[in-house]
Amino acid sequence: MEMIPALGSALAGLLQEAAHGAAGAAGQGAAHGAGQAAGDHGGSFTPILPGLILLIPLIGAAVNGLGAFLWRDRRLVPSWVGPLAVGGAFAVVLANFLRMLETGAAGPAVVTLWSWLSVGGLEVGVDLLFDRLSMVMMLVVTGVSTVIHVYSAGYMRDDPGISRFFAYLNLFVFFMLVLVMGGNFPVTFVGWEGVGLCSYLLIGFWYENAEYSSAGKKAFIVNRIGDFGFLVAMFLLFAMFGTLDYVPIIESAADELAYGGITVTAVTLLLLLACTGKSAQIPLYTWLPDAMAGPTPVSALIHAATMVTAGVYLVARSGVLFAMAPMSQAAVATVGAGTALFAATIALKQYDIKKVLAYSTISQLGYMFLAVGVGAYTAGIFHLTTHAFFKALLFLGAGAVIHSVEHAFHEQGHHGDPNDMRSHGGLMSVMPVTGTTMWAATLAIAGVFPFAGFFSKDEIIWYAGSYGYPILWGVSLVAAVLTAAYMARLMFMTFHGENRTDEAAGQGASSALHEAPAVMTVPLVILAVLSVVGGWIQIPEALPLPHVSWLHDWLHPAVEPALAVAEEHGVEAAHAAPLGGGEAVWAGVSLVLAVGGIVAGAAWVRSKEILVPERAADDRGLARVLNRKWYVDELYERVFVGPLLALSRACWRVVDDRIIDGAVNGLGYAGRALGWVGSRLQSGRIGTYVLVFTLGVLAVLGGLVL
Amino acid sequence: MESFYSSHWILSVLLALPLLGAVACQMAPERKAGQVALWVTVLEFALSVPLFFTFETGTAAFQSFGAVPWIEAWGIQYAVGVDGISLLLVLLTTLTMPLAVASSFRYVDRHQKAYYTLLLLLQTGMLGVFTALDLFLFYVFWEVMLIPMYFLIGIWGGERRIYSAIKFFLFTAVGSLLMLVAIAGLVYLYYQQTGAVSFAYRDLVQLQIARGTQFWLFGAFALAFAIKVPLFPLHTWLPDAHVEAPTAGSVILAGVLLKTGIYGFLRFGLPFFSHAATHPAVVGTFLTLGLVGILYAAWVAAVQPDVKSLIAYTSIAHLGFVVLGIFALNPQGMEGGILQMVNHGLSTGALFLLVGMIYERRHTRLIEEFGGLARVMPFFAFSFVVVALSSIGLPATNGFVGEFLILLGTFRSHPVVATLAATGVIFAAYYMLPMVQRVVLNPLEKEENEELEDLDARERAIIVPLLALILLIGVYPNPFLDRTSASAGDLIRRVEERSQAAPLGAATGRAELAFDGVAVLPDDGDGGEGPGMTGPVSVETGE
Amino acid sequence: MSVPPEYLPLSLVVSATLFTIGVGGVLLRRNAIIIFLCIELMLNAVNLTFVAFARQLGVDGQVFVFFVMAVAAAEAAVGLAIIISVFRHYEMVDVERFDLLKW
Repeated sequence: MEMIPALGSALAGLLQEAAHGAAGAAGQGAAHGAGQAAGDHGGSFTPILPGLILLIPLIGAAVNGLGAFLWRDRRLVPSWVGPLAVGGAFAVVLANFLRMLETGAAGPAVVTLWSWLSVGGLEVGVDLLFDRLSMVMMLVVTGVSTVIHVYSAGYMRDDPGISRFFAYLNLFVFFMLVLVMGGNFPVTFVGWEGVGLCSYLLIGFWYENAEYSSAGKKAFIVNRIGDFGFLVAMFLLFAMFGTLDYVPIIESAADELAYGGITVTAVTLLLLLACTGKSAQIPLYTWLPDAMAGPTPVSALIHAATMVTAGVYLVARSGVLFAMAPMSQAAVATVGAGTALFAATIALKQYDIKKVLAYSTISQLGYMFLAVGVGAYTAGIFHLTTHAFFKALLFLGAGAVIHSVEHAFHEQGHHGDPNDMRSHGGLMSVMPVTGTTMWAATLAIAGVFPFAGFFSKDEIIWYAGSYGYPILWGVSLVAAVLTAAYMARLMFMTFHGENRTDEAAGQGASSALHEAPAVMTVPLVILAVLSVVGGWIQIPEALPLPHVSWLHDWLHPAVEPALAVAEEHGVEAAHAAPLGGGEAVWAGVSLVLAVGGIVAGAAWVRSKEILVPERAADDRGLARVLNRKWYVDELYERVFVGPLLALSRACWRVVDDRIIDGAVNGLGYAGRALGWVGSRLQSGRIGTYVLVFTLGVLAVLGGLVL
Repeated sequence: MESFYSSHWILSVLLALPLLGAVACQMAPERKAGQVALWVTVLEFALSVPLFFTFETGTAAFQSFGAVPWIEAWGIQYAVGVDGISLLLVLLTTLTMPLAVASSFRYVDRHQKAYYTLLLLLQTGMLGVFTALDLFLFYVFWEVMLIPMYFLIGIWGGERRIYSAIKFFLFTAVGSLLMLVAIAGLVYLYYQQTGAVSFAYRDLVQLQIARGTQFWLFGAFALAFAIKVPLFPLHTWLPDAHVEAPTAGSVILAGVLLKTGIYGFLRFGLPFFSHAATHPAVVGTFLTLGLVGILYAAWVAAVQPDVKSLIAYTSIAHLGFVVLGIFALNPQGMEGGILQMVNHGLSTGALFLLVGMIYERRHTRLIEEFGGLARVMPFFAFSFVVVALSSIGLPATNGFVGEFLILLGTFRSHPVVATLAATGVIFAAYYMLPMVQRVVLNPLEKEENEELEDLDARERAIIVPLLALILLIGVYPNPFLDRTSASAGDLIRRVEERSQAAPLGAATGRAELAFDGVAVLPDDGDGGEGPGMTGPVSVETGE
Repeated sequence: MSVPPEYLPLSLVVSATLFTIGVGGVLLRRNAIIIFLCIELMLNAVNLTFVAFARQLGVDGQVFVFFVMAVAAAEAAVGLAIIISVFRHYEMVDVERFDLLKW
C-alpha cells in the first residue's frame, strides 16, 4: 500500500514548498522542502520553490490541453493562460536568480523530488540541479519564452487550434526546463526527448498539411538518431561511474578517467552525436530547415532560441568529460566551424525568409559548438544567450512580415507563398517597427559594434584562434562575412527597394499590408533592446571600453572543473591570433568584415532586378547548388532512406513471406502431398483392399517364418 | 481480509471465478452474455487489485501460496502462488480482460454466448499459467489457454481466419508437446534421483541435472517458450493471428499470451537449467535472436499496409527487448524486462483497442484508408498519439522506463549487443511515426472518414485507465519495480549459483545414462523448427 | 469334446483347407453374400484350430471360440444389414461395382 502515500508525499512536498513560499518564508532548505531525499552538494544555495518552476508550465499545458477539448471556441482563455503560465515560471526563476546573485552562492544544489528509478545499483531520482549554468539557461528559456508567448497570443489569435497550440507550447517550456534543470543524465534525457516531442507536435501543428506533418516526423526521427547516442553514452557512463548524477560524475571524472582514454572519448563522441541531432549540426542538421513548417513563434522559440541550444548546454554541462577527451573536443569544434560555414553558404541563396533564418540558426549554433569545442564554455553560453535574443527577434519579425503578406495575399485570393522574399520588398514604410527592430537584430547577428552579437561572436572567434585552431579560426571568419552578407540580403530584399506584393498577388494587394498589432510589436521591441544591450555583460579587457567580466565570473564555478582539467594537461590560451596581433586588432578586423559583408550583401541585392516567384527563372550553376542546399537531402534520401525502405520491404516480402512462411507452409504442403499419395491407394474397391490385406498378411507371416 | 489475500484462496477464487462466469454466460440469454462477462471480469479485477498492495516486497518467496494433493499416485498437486515475477502479470491479465470484454460489445454479433464463454475460459487459462506451481497443472493451463484462442481466431476472425487459426495452433502445439516431453523427462529424472514421483515446482527446481542433459531439456522448454514470445524465425504466426483475430483476441494475445513465453523462461527455463541457460552459446543465441527481432521486426513493421500487422510486428520488436533484458542476467535487465512485459501489455493492448475502435467504424484496417482523423476524432487522435509514443519509448511514459533499464542492464553484460539494440529506438520512430501521420494526421481525404464519430463514453472508459497507467509507470515506476526486485534478484543469484554447481555428465552417470533414452525425443521437432536452437544444443551434446 | 491328440494334424489340415477356401472365395468372388459366407468360413476355420490346440494348451482356446462366435454373430447381423440396404439401393450386390469406400 506504500505507493499512494509515496506519491502523496511527493505531491505534498511540492505543495508545502509552495505554501511556504507564498508566506514569504525565505531560506527554507531543499532538504526540508520538496520531496524526501534532498541533497545539497557543496553550495550553500537553497532554491525557492524548485518544483513550482516546472509545475506552473505543466498546469498551463494541462489547462490548455483540456481547453482544446472542452472550450474550443473560447480563444481568450488560452491566450491568457499560456503566457501567464510561462511568466509565472519566469518569476520564480527570477526570484531564484536574485537569491543566487544576492548570496553569491554557486551551488550546485540538487533537489530530489522523488525517486524515479531504483534498481540494483542504479539510483535515479527526479533531481533538479541549481547551479550557475542551469540558472543562466533557466533565465534565457523562461524569459525568451514569456516574450514569445505574448507574441503568440497575437500571432495565433485567429487560429481555431489556439488552445492546442498553447498546450504544446507550455508543455515545451516544461520539458525545456526539465532539460536544463535535470540533475542527472536520465532526467535531462526526459527533457531532451520531451522537447523533441513538442517540436514534432508544433512543426506539424497544422497537421492537415501533409508536408508539415512530414516535416515534424522527419525532425523526430532525425533527432532519435541523436538520442541513440545519448542513450549509449549514458550506459557507458553508468558502467564507468555507477551513477548518472551530474555532481558525482563531474567531481570524480578527473580521477576516475584516463585523459584522452578511449572510454571518455567514446562517451563524448556519443554525446556529440546527440548534440548534432538536437542542435542541428552536420550531419544531422537537415530537419531544422524543414521544421520551419511550424507556426513562426514556434520557429522563434524552439528552433532558434531554446531547444536547439540544448546541445551546447549539454556539452557545457559535461564539460569535464569533454576536457578529458581532446579528440572529442576537436571533433566538436570542427563540426561547429564546418556547420557554421556550410549553413551560411546555403543561407545565401534561399528565398524563403524563414529558411534563411533557419540556416542562419544552424550556422550560429555552429559558432557555439566551436566555442564549447575549443574549451571556451563561457563564450558558447554567451553566444547562446545573445543569439536567443536576436534570433528570436528575427523570427518574430519575419512572422510579422509573413502575417502581413499573408493577409494581403488572402485579400486577393492569391495562394502564393507569403514566406518568399521575392514577393516582399519595401516593407519598411508600412512596417517601421518591425523593420527597425529587425535591423537591430541583423546588426547584432552580423557582429557590428556595439550590438550583442559583436561581443559574443568575437569572443568565440578569438578563442578559436588563441586555443590553437588556426584553420577553424579562418573558417569562422569567413562564415562571419557570409553571415553579414545573407542577413543584409534578407533585410534589403524584404524591407527595402520596390514593393513586389502587387506584382505577386495582383493590384491592390499592397494596400492590405500593415504593421503588426501591439501585442506583437512590444515583444519585438523588448527583444530589440536585449539584442543591443545583451552583449554588455561581457566586454573584453582588450577593448578601449570599460571591462565587464560579469558572465565569466558568474559562470566560473560551473565551468571551473573543466577548465581545471584543461589546465592540468597544459591546454592554455595563447592569447594571440594565428596571424599575430592582439584581441583588439582582431575585434577591429571582424568589425570591418561584418560591415563589409553587409555592404556586399546590399550591393548584391541591388545589382539585379528581383522577379516574383512566378516569373523568376531557376538559378544556374553554384547558385542552384546552394539553393538546393548542396543536394544533401537528396543524398540522404538515396543513401539512407531509400535503401532502408528497400531493406524493409525485402525483409517482409522475401524473408518473412518467402523464406520463413515458405518453409512453414511448405511443411504443410508436404504433409498434404503425402496424404494425397496415400489417398491414391484407396480405390474404394473392397476387392483391392482384401487383396492387399491378404498379401500383407502373407508377407508378415513369411517374414516371421524366415 | 489479510489472511484471505495471503492464503491460496485469493488465487483459487481468481481461477474459479471466470469458470463460474463461463457457466453463467452459457445460462444467460444470448444478448446478456456480454454483460455477464463484463461483470465477472470487473469483479475479478477488483478482487485482484488488493493483491498488489498486500504483496510483501523484499522477499522472493511465493506468496498466497497453497498446495493440495490432486493425483497423489503421480505426485501431482494443485499448487498455486505468486511472486514478484508473476504478480504483475496476474494483475495485467485481470486488467486486460474487462477491457477486452468491453471492447467486444460492438464487434461481436454472432454466437455471443460462446464468445464470452471462451474469453472467460481463456482468462482462467492465463491466470493458471502465471500462478501454477506444479508442472502438470501448469501444462494443463498452458493448453487451456491455447484452445479458446484457437476458436476466437477461427470463428470470430477476419477473412483468412482459418489459415491463421491453424497456423497459430500448429506453431504453439509443436512447442507445447515438446515441453510436455521435457516435463515428463524432468519427472523421470526426479524419480531416478529420489525414487519418488513429483510434478511440484518446489521439488523439481531443486533437481540437479547433468550438464549435457540440461541442454536437451532446456532446448525443449525454450522452443515452446520461444514460439510463444515469439523469437525471430518462429514469429510468423503472430502477424497472421493478430490481423485475423477479433479486437479482444489481439488485445489478449499481445497483452498477455505473449508474456507466457517470457514467463516460462523466467519461471522454468532459467532456474531449472541454469547451466544450459547461462552457457555462452545459448545466451549468445538468445541475445542474437532478440536483437534480430528488434531490428528485423522494426523494419518489417515500417512497410506494413495494415495497422494491425504493423502493431503485431512492433510486438515482436518489444518482446525482443524483453528477451535481451532477461538474458542480461542482472537486476536492471531482469526487472526492466519484467516491467517491459507489463508496459507492452498496456501500450500494445491500447493500440489494438484503438485500432479496433476505428475498425468498427470503417471496417478496414488499411493505413491508406485513413488520414486526418485528428479533425473528426480528436480524442481518438490524442489517445493514439500518446499510446504510440509510449510504444516507441518516449521518456515519461512507461515504455522508456522498461527499455532504458533493459538496455542499461544489457549494456553492463553485453555492451555491443546493447548498443546495436539501442538503434531500435531510431527504428521505433521509423515505423511508428509514419503510421501515426498517415492515420491521424495529414489531410482528411477519404469521404467515408468525414462523418466518423469520436470515441463514445464506453470507449473512453476503456482507454483512459490505460493512458493513466502509461503515464504513472512512466514517472513513478518504483512501486512496480519494488515488487519485482526481490524475486528478480533471487532468480539471478540462483541461476548463477546453480550454473556453477550443475553436476558434470560423468559425475551422475547413472541418471545421465538412464535418461539418454528419453532425451532423444526432442530431437524430432528441434531439427526442423528452430535453426537458432539447434546450434548450441547440438554443439553441446557433441562434447 | 476335444480332439484327441493323434487327430491334431488332421484337424489342422482341415482348418487350413477351409481357411484357404475362405480366402480364395473372398478374393475371387464378387457377390457380397458369397464373400460374406467365405468370411464366416475363415472364422470357423480358426475356431477349429482353437479347439484343436485346446487339448494341449488348456481351456483358453475353447473359451476364445465363444468370443469368436459371438463376434461372428454380431458381424453377420451388421454385415447382412449393410448388404440388404445396399441391395435395396442398387438392386445388386456386386462388390466390383462399388468404389465409394475411399478417404
